[in-house]
Amino acid sequence: MDLVLLFFIFVLAAFLGLELISKVPSQLHTPLMSGSNAISGITVVGALLAIRSEAEGTIGMILGVAALVFATVNVVGGYAVTDRMLQMFKKKGK
Amino acid sequence: MDANDLINLAYVAAATLFVFGIKMLGSADTARRGNMVSGLGMLLAVVVTLLADGLDYTWIIGGLVVGSAIGLAAARMVKMTAMPELVALFNGFGGLASLLVAWAEFEKVREIGWVAYELEMQANTVFSGFVIYAAMLIGGVTFTGSLFAYGKLSGKLSGSAMVFAGQKALNILLLIAILAVGAVFTWSTDLELAYKLFLTGIALALLFGIMGVMPIGGGDMPVVISLLNSLSGVAASAAGFVIYNNVLIVAGCLVGASGLILTVIMCKAMNRSLGNVLFSGFGAASGGG
Repeated sequence: MDLVLLFFIFVLAAFLGLELISKVPSQLHTPLMSGSNAISGITVVGALLAIRSEAEGTIGMILGVAALVFATVNVVGGYAVTDRMLQMFKKKGK
Repeated sequence: MDANDLINLAYVAAATLFVFGIKMLGSADTARRGNMVSGLGMLLAVVVTLLADGLDYTWIIGGLVVGSAIGLAAARMVKMTAMPELVALFNGFGGLASLLVAWAEFEKVREIGWVAYELEMQANTVFSGFVIYAAMLIGGVTFTGSLFAYGKLSGKLSGSAMVFAGQKALNILLLIAILAVGAVFTWSTDLELAYKLFLTGIALALLFGIMGVMPIGGGDMPVVISLLNSLSGVAASAAGFVIYNNVLIVAGCLVGASGLILTVIMCKAMNRSLGNVLFSGFGAASGGG
């Protein structure tokens, strides 16, 4: 893919991210941090693409599988723990 | 329309779900649904990536099962009070994953050589070298920094700021070394030398993550974790540039930018500036405050 196009979406995403968050109530700081931490586990997609059966060398394969395990822990654990936090938040509020 | 178009279209949908998810997480009424919306985006991105050519499904399914089991078990069993430190640990894993993805890509370069790599990826070798090093570096700093923050929060390490004479100078030297190694790595065409530089870079990055968090006190840890969370997004984004993947670039950058704003908001709530939180430990060494 064209490198300039990738830069283009990178810059636009940066501005979107900067505008997305404003006036978050302080009780939501930790869940928001936890929820966006789960999103940063998107590296899982990169890990999946690194695990190819073609000749890539054993080391590359091992690194890819290790990356997949760690990224999956980040994603699945991240979403699950955020959900638990927000669940408890709601109970407290009512 | 081929499989690649379909994958990229689904990535657009996933990125949109992430945007809505983050937005909804910011207000109390919609927060829980927002987390699910963003989770749906992640599920979509993962499932559609499995359609890519040439993947080895045995290892993929194994990795997904093992990772999900560990993640779910940790998230279910953790005590309410221990949740922030678990988030720090997860965040460290995300950073490590970005480092490993960059490393795996560099192994591919070592396997086929820069010339063949340039042809296959239609990439600029200097740019590829730069982003491989950047993803490794940011991921590595996130990894050990988050682990150290986890240790401080969970009480496994002393929670107080650890300062010693010459710490600031040492950190600056470390940073200069990291940048110098990176510069030589980026422009090096000798793969043997590049490999040694890369491994040195990993060691320096891991050390820098520890050194950066060391002088910060336990009470400031939530701010530091938020900043490290932002960094792990940037690491994912850099990994996206390594493998030319747009959903990594967009989602990582969203987390990087929104995480930075959240960090600033958290500092303001404590009536501090970000610089004050990060470097107050240095002041403590000389001024005792």
